[in-house]
Amino acid sequence: MQNAAMNIEDKGGDQLVLHVGPQHPGSGHFRIIVTVDGDYIVGAKPDPGYVHRGAEKMAEYRDYIQNIPHLERPVIIDATGVTLPYVLTAEKIIDVEAPDRAQYIRMIMAELNRIISHLYWLGIYGIFLGHSTMFMWPMGDRELFIDLAESIGGTRVTFSYVVPGGVRNDMPTNFKERALKTFDYFEKRIEEYKKIFFNNPLMSARTEGIGTMDKKDAIRLGITGSNLRACGIDSDTRKDETYCLYDRVDFEIPTRKEGDSYARCIVRLEELQQSMNIMKQVFDLIEPGPIKQVIGGVMRGEPGEAFVRTEAARGTMFYHIVSDGEKNPYRVKISVPSFRNLIGMTHLLVGSRLADMPAIYWSLDYWPVEADR
Amino acid sequence: MPSNLDTENQLVKSLTDQFKNKIKTEYVKHNRIKISTNQDNLKSLATSVKELGFEQVISHGGTDYPDNNVFRIEYHIICVSKKKLRSIMFSIMTEISKDTPEIETLIDIFPSAEFHEQETYENFGITFTGHPRMEKLLLPEDWDDIPPLRKDYILPGRG
Amino acid sequence: MVNDPTLNLLVGKASDILDNTLEKNVREPIRFLVNWGRLYSLWPVHLETACCSIEFGAASGPRHDVERFGMLEAFGSLRQCDVLVVQGTVTRKMAPRMKWVYEQMPEPKWVIAMGACAISGGLYMDSYNVLQGVDKIVPVDVYIPGCPPRPETLIQGIIELQNKIRKSKV
Repeated sequence: MQNAAMNIEDKGGDQLVLHVGPQHPGSGHFRIIVTVDGDYIVGAKPDPGYVHRGAEKMAEYRDYIQNIPHLERPVIIDATGVTLPYVLTAEKIIDVEAPDRAQYIRMIMAELNRIISHLYWLGIYGIFLGHSTMFMWPMGDRELFIDLAESIGGTRVTFSYVVPGGVRNDMPTNFKERALKTFDYFEKRIEEYKKIFFNNPLMSARTEGIGTMDKKDAIRLGITGSNLRACGIDSDTRKDETYCLYDRVDFEIPTRKEGDSYARCIVRLEELQQSMNIMKQVFDLIEPGPIKQVIGGVMRGEPGEAFVRTEAARGTMFYHIVSDGEKNPYRVKISVPSFRNLIGMTHLLVGSRLADMPAIYWSLDYWPVEADR
Repeated sequence: MPSNLDTENQLVKSLTDQFKNKIKTEYVKHNRIKISTNQDNLKSLATSVKELGFEQVISHGGTDYPDNNVFRIEYHIICVSKKKLRSIMFSIMTEISKDTPEIETLIDIFPSAEFHEQETYENFGITFTGHPRMEKLLLPEDWDDIPPLRKDYILPGRG
Repeated sequence: MVNDPTLNLLVGKASDILDNTLEKNVREPIRFLVNWGRLYSLWPVHLETACCSIEFGAASGPRHDVERFGMLEAFGSLRQCDVLVVQGTVTRKMAPRMKWVYEQMPEPKWVIAMGACAISGGLYMDSYNVLQGVDKIVPVDVYIPGCPPRPETLIQGIIELQNKIRKSKV
C-alpha cells in the first residue's frame, strides 16, 4: 500500500491511527480510519459520505420519469441494476405492467450490466493485487459488453433505458448474433483469466484465508450479494422472489463455503458465466411484440406505498416509495448493497493485517458512490 | 402471480396470538407483510419477528408527516437462510412524535441496522437510545442546518 | 500534434535536440523545450470524486489507452503529479480535501474539470450537498462536458490541455 497514510496520529503506546483515503490509490471516494498495532488492525471506522449527493431528497422534487437519470448515477457501472428496482416500484404505484418483450429486454440489460460491473471490479482487483495484466484484460473485454449495451441503450454507461411501462426502444435486429459471438469469445477468455489470475499461486496466497467471513456473521451483519453467496448461502433475489421473467429461465447460483476473499472472487467469476447463460435462454424465449405500455399524461400514483428488491451486481437493491397521489413521490428510500456491506468490511478488517487491507476491501466490491447515494 | 397467502397469514397469526391488540396488521399481500405498533412495543415485536426466522434488516428509514406531527419509522426485515421464508419481506412500523424524536435502538436484535439507524439520525434528527455511535455518517461534519429529509427542509434553489 | 512541423527536432540525444532547435530558428527555444518536456509526461493525481472515475478508468484501459497521448495512469503520490483531474461531483465533504490535495501538488500544475457536475453541478444542480462547479475553489484549465464524458472526450480534453501548455510561459 504505497502512500497509505494521508494522516498519521500517534495513539500512545504501540498504536497508530491511519486515515486511509479519500485520496488514496485504492480507497476511491471513501475514507476508513484504522487503528494499527504493529502490522495488525485493531480498530476500523469507516467514514463514508464523500459522494453523498442527497438522491433521496432530490427524488421528492422530481416526478417518476425525471427521477430515473439521477437515481442511475450512484451506480453507473451497473446502471440497469439500480434503475430496474426503482422502475418496478414506480410501476406498482402507478399500476402499470410492462409487456413480456420489455421484461425480457430488461433482463438482457440487467445481465449485461452485471457482466460490465463484475469485469470492472475484476480489473481493479487485479491492480489492487499488483497484477497489471489483470487490469488490462477485463477492461478490454468489458468494452465488448459496453458495445453491446450501447447498441441497445444508446450510451456507454448511463442508459436511463428502463422506464415505467417498459423500455425506451427495441433491440437492434442483429443483436442476437453479435451477442452470441461476444459470448463465444468471452467464454474462452474466462479460461484464460483462470490460468493467469485465479490459478496463480501469488493471487491465491494473497486472498485464500484472508478476510474470512463466518456464515453466522454474514447473516447477522446483513451481508448481501456475492459476498453472502461466498459464505455458503445460496440466496439470490432472482430466485428468492422472482421479478421480471426470471422464473422462466434456468440458471445456477454459484456458491462457495470458505467465505474468504478468494471465494468471493470465484463466485463473481462464475456469475459471469451464469449471466451469459441467462441471456442465451432469453434470446430463445423472446418474441416480437410491444415494448412499452404507453401511459397518457403525467404519471400519478395512487396514495399508498410499495417496496421492491432486485438483485443488482453488488447484491440486493431495495426501493421503498411512498406516494400521496401527487406527481412527485412523497418519499423514496433507497437501500443499496454497498451500504449494507460496509458493516461487514469493518468486521473483516479488525484482526487482519494492514497489508491485507486492499485484498479485503475490494473483494467486497464496495462502491462508495453507491453507498453514499 | 400465485395468490396463495398461507405462509404470510400463518406468520401474522402467530404474532397476533402473542401480541393481541398491541399490534395492527396494516396489510398482508403476496410476499409482503406490514405490521404497525406503538413505540413501546417495537422492540418486543422485533424480537418476535426475529424468532420467526427473519434475521436481516434490509432497509430502515423514516418518513416525515408534518401534518400529523409524527415521524414514521420502518424496518424492512428479510430472511436469507430459510428457503421457505426467503420470498417474504416483513415490515414493522411505528410512529413517534416530532416533539420528542427518540426511540430505542434495535441493533442488539438486528446488528445489521447499525448504519441504517445512524443515517436516520442524521437525516431526520431521530435519536436512537442505546446506539453506540449517534454521529454524522454521510453528511459533512459541519452540517448545521435542519436535518435534510424533514419536509420543512427546502432544497437550495427550490424555495 | 501530428501536424507539428517541429516534432522531428525532438529526437535523439539532448545535445542534438538543443542543436536542432537552435538551427531551425524556433522562436524562444528554451520555452519551447521546457513546455515540450512537460506536455508529454502529464501525471494525474489519483483523486476520484464521483462516478466519472469509471470512464477515467476505461480511458486507461487497452481500448482507449490514454498513455498514447502522454498522459500516464493515475498515481497515488501527490508530490510527483502535475494534473488534477476532478472526476465528477464534488460534495461539501470532499471539497476541502480536494483543495488540500491541490495545494500539496508541486508547480506547475493544471486542473481538468471532468463531467457536468464538476463544471456546474450538472444533474445535481439543486442538491444540498454538492459544490456547484469546482472552479469556485480551484482554478480550472480545461472543462470536459458530458455525463459522464466518453473516454474519447477525455482524450480530447487532454489534447486541449497540451495545446494550452505548449503556449504557456515559462
